[in-house]
Amino acid sequence: MRPSAPRVQSLKVYGAIAMTLPHDWALYEVFVRAKRGLDHKHVGSLHAADAAMAIEHARDLYTRRQEGVSLWVVKSADIVASAPEDAAAFFDPAEDKIYRHPTFYDIPKDVETL
Amino acid sequence: MNAVTTPATARELTTYVLRLADTSLVLAQRLSAWIGHGPAIEEDLGCANISLDLLGQARLLYAYAGELEGAGRTEDDFAYLREECDFLNATMAELPNGDFGQTIVRQCLLDLWRLELFEQLTQSTDTRLAQIAAKAVKEIRYHGRYSSGWLVRLGDGTDESHQRVATALVTLWPYVVEWFAEDALEQALAERGVVPSVAAVQAGFEARLAPILLAATLTRPSNVDYRWFGKRAQHSEHLSHLLAELQSLHRAHPGAQW
Repeated sequence: MRPSAPRVQSLKVYGAIAMTLPHDWALYEVFVRAKRGLDHKHVGSLHAADAAMAIEHARDLYTRRQEGVSLWVVKSADIVASAPEDAAAFFDPAEDKIYRHPTFYDIPKDVETL
Repeated sequence: MNAVTTPATARELTTYVLRLADTSLVLAQRLSAWIGHGPAIEEDLGCANISLDLLGQARLLYAYAGELEGAGRTEDDFAYLREECDFLNATMAELPNGDFGQTIVRQCLLDLWRLELFEQLTQSTDTRLAQIAAKAVKEIRYHGRYSSGWLVRLGDGTDESHQRVATALVTLWPYVVEWFAEDALEQALAERGVVPSVAAVQAGFEARLAPILLAATLTRPSNVDYRWFGKRAQHSEHLSHLLAELQSLHRAHPGAQW
């Protein structure tokens, strides 16, 4: 048994053409590794029906100009984020703890990415 | 090593390369019509990327055809200054987009055929053709992944999506016949190892298609009589309209450059 046809919601309108998106497509966040040895960086988001489609969409949307050698996609809903209203309690207390910065010794000049 | 040793071989190979190039160009033009009209902006980009790959393949092939012909014709001459009766693309490529499901069926059939064909062309005794094929194969492998992925989703999707791709498959299947109806030119080139035998390509195509149709819960239609042979310039009524749009700018502004 196949499920009934998905409802669609209007996403945006280009001229007279309504772009629609199946209502059950989820939002995914996309991370691209530019080259080996670097970490994956967040580059944006996209819609897809599942993870496999999300990876292909990520390839089509975010690696058109040789931006990467590896892709990660993560369901946006699976990301747990700190709340903006907690920012003061979370981050301000670190302001006056300068002794946590490694400023009291010299970094060898050959070390570039520390 | 270059396989071209006689003027006759050069003429045959020129025609063969133009068949490949025209199929790429015409399909690129068809796919580009989805830009701004896709079911989602992600699919707009998907179709546009494939279209640009195909355009790049057409350019390499036209450039090679021009060298083989030796009459000084450029990529633009082949693309913009030939008539419908000069185009040698497989008829399937010129057929209208229809709905997204029909575009996907057309794309999947063409991708699987071209993937098998170009993989075998990488073994061509003609080095240049083998090199062009090697570059194209990487691109077509992704195209096939995109189109077959969608074919499975739609075929094994809702009742409506299944019905649409099932209907499209029956509509488009007759145009597969042309690919595997070997003519004298293909036979002559195959005997010299310049191009693969049509039978070998067909076997590979069927082997690639079967598991995808199974996953998509679709049935392979049976072969039927067929009247169009685009590769011999016998086209459907759709090509002239496509070319009118494709060539309009160049005809209004001859020699226009970006």
